[in-house]
Amino acid sequence: MEKLEARFYRSLYRIRRVEEEVARVYPTDKIKSPVHLSIGQEAVSVGVCEALQKEDVVFGTYRGHAFYLAKGGDLRRMAAELYGKATGCTKGKGGSMHLVDVSVGVMGASAVVATTIPQAVGYAFAMKVRKENRVVVSFFGDGAIEEGAFHESANFAALRQIPVIFICENNLYAVHTPIRDRQPPVPIYRRLEGYGIPAERIENNNVDKLYERVKAAADEMRRTHSGPRFFECMTYRWKEHVGPNEDFQAGYRGRNEAEPWFENDPVRRMGEKLEAGVRKEIERKVDSEIREAFDFAEQSPFPSDEQLYTDLLAGA
Amino acid sequence: MDRTITYADALLEATDLEMTRDPAVFVFGIGVPDFKGLYGTTRGLLQKYGPDRVFDTPLSEDGLTGMAIGAALAGMRPIHVHIRMDFVILALNQIVNVAAKSRYMYGGTVKVPLVIRMIIGRSWGQGAQHSQAIHSFFMHCPGLKVVAPSTPHDAKGCLIESIRDDNPVMFVEHRLLHYQKGPVPDGVYTVPFGKARVLTQGTDITVVGISYMAVECLRAQRSLQEVGIGAEVIDPISLSPLDMDTIAESVKKTGRMLVVDTAWTACGASAEIAARVVERLGGSHKLQVQRMGYAPVNCPTTKNLENLFYPNGQTIASTAYSMVHDNKKTWSPTYVEAPEIVQFKGPF
Ligand SMILES: Cc1ncc(C[n+]2csc(CCOP(=O)(O)OP(=O)(O)O)c2C)c(N)n1
Repeated sequence: MEKLEARFYRSLYRIRRVEEEVARVYPTDKIKSPVHLSIGQEAVSVGVCEALQKEDVVFGTYRGHAFYLAKGGDLRRMAAELYGKATGCTKGKGGSMHLVDVSVGVMGASAVVATTIPQAVGYAFAMKVRKENRVVVSFFGDGAIEEGAFHESANFAALRQIPVIFICENNLYAVHTPIRDRQPPVPIYRRLEGYGIPAERIENNNVDKLYERVKAAADEMRRTHSGPRFFECMTYRWKEHVGPNEDFQAGYRGRNEAEPWFENDPVRRMGEKLEAGVRKEIERKVDSEIREAFDFAEQSPFPSDEQLYTDLLAGA
Repeated sequence: MDRTITYADALLEATDLEMTRDPAVFVFGIGVPDFKGLYGTTRGLLQKYGPDRVFDTPLSEDGLTGMAIGAALAGMRPIHVHIRMDFVILALNQIVNVAAKSRYMYGGTVKVPLVIRMIIGRSWGQGAQHSQAIHSFFMHCPGLKVVAPSTPHDAKGCLIESIRDDNPVMFVEHRLLHYQKGPVPDGVYTVPFGKARVLTQGTDITVVGISYMAVECLRAQRSLQEVGIGAEVIDPISLSPLDMDTIAESVKKTGRMLVVDTAWTACGASAEIAARVVERLGGSHKLQVQRMGYAPVNCPTTKNLENLFYPNGQTIASTAYSMVHDNKKTWSPTYVEAPEIVQFKGPF
């Protein structure tokens, strides 16, 4: 068995490098679609998805590169999707904001905040009814907590003891608005008490801790079909809300606020735990995989005109 | 004195003037006071009017719409802004069940002077959930007014009219219109609802363009002119109430109408306009009516399919040409992508 650290590092490094590559390509206009990068937030997807099994499923948001890759989504098809190519994971119909790979349990994402939370609950409900030993994870941001759909979903999940793991990626901002301007000063996880949903906060982009806690929760759910769990994962977005650049000059947040997060970079720290040789080898393989995937995207054809009308209704 | 300013600046100016004039006016929505100020349309207002009158909100479209309705019932004049029209779908219950109905259900004892600004989000692979235009949902409901101006002049006048209106007004803006420049008078003026604007005169065909499609229809009109076809382009501006007099008068003259919407055609604004023209003129006039709009699918993100999804100057011109030739001849001008689309670069 490969060491956990190596697995974590491969996944962390891969997501970071893929997104750096997206940021590098973006100004060439080859990706003609909005991209929401997770650079700085990779630890959440990695900690959670490494704790899951292939047949478990995840639902997420438009900031989806990280959980798509962490859960085992196909990198070539993701790159092609960003380029709008026919070989993309949704054939150019979803783009960066709607990455899907049903074969590995990436059940998709919505561009409308909080919309996939109830779907995750519904999917988990179906599993519970069929007594399947699978687990569903719902990823969303701190902003989603403000939507009615979140509370309606949490209420129902608690009421019916539905085995869903809610993962709130609290990066402290919704677009440019800090959380203090959007929510009362009670930590998010504490508010779940009202629904009787066990909830805790994982500080500081801590991959190991998150992995351990989510794994324990998922294993218990599989064993006992127990009810929902909630994790508030404290993390930080390094780039602008949408697009490839930094935006500390815009004035809504200062670079000084970001410094501790830069210093505590989970990708670098995980790499430092590995032997240099092992680390280099992981990096070499990932780098060549990325090169190959972006080449594949470049060289793939665009969808044909008729593709505009395909896939609308089943059975058509 | 007319200056040339952008549609976005015209909206900002309208809001600013009305906020100065009437302390009951306040503006709010996700991103309203941030440094981007919703494409500049709310920039600087917070500094000028303070956080009671200009504010950001939690991500709670449904609740905040209800809040605005309550404030309107109490005599305020809220402007609720949505950076994407798609997000307004979360608030349909409040808009349809409460805003549209309160005055009627209260036997005329209250009013709901609420403006909901909604931006249609075309360009740069916005995808299925960021490209919708749902103005026809609102046209469907009595008790709501719906406007979709296409020029900076009308944007300013219409927004001032909307703010002063004692009813809920759904104010539709297209992302690509925000860049359009045009002459805009200084100071306060209004553009009345229920009055369409004839943008060009012509005797061969009436082309009705809704919102941004008015711009594409004007492009089509220019190429049609080169092949000897005179198109009368009409911008309805106000969709509810709808100025059928102006449209029907034009169709009486041309005998042909092409309605182009920046939305799906099924059950849409174009269907409504076509039906009303037929109801008015059908039987007594020789009529040819056609509709154009989004392809009847969800909006894809890839550029080549996205281009097919939307009507454009070329497809509008070739459709109009065929209509004028009783569908016996086809022609198409060369495709020239609209400069506002070419110039558009992500991210946004
Ligand atoms: C219902 C809805 N309202 C508004 C928006 C516009 N919007 C896009 S992302 C975003 C911020 C979401 O913040 P958060 O949930 O914390 O996620 P993050 O982007 O920080 O990952 C907003 C307001 C939207 N997409 N959907």
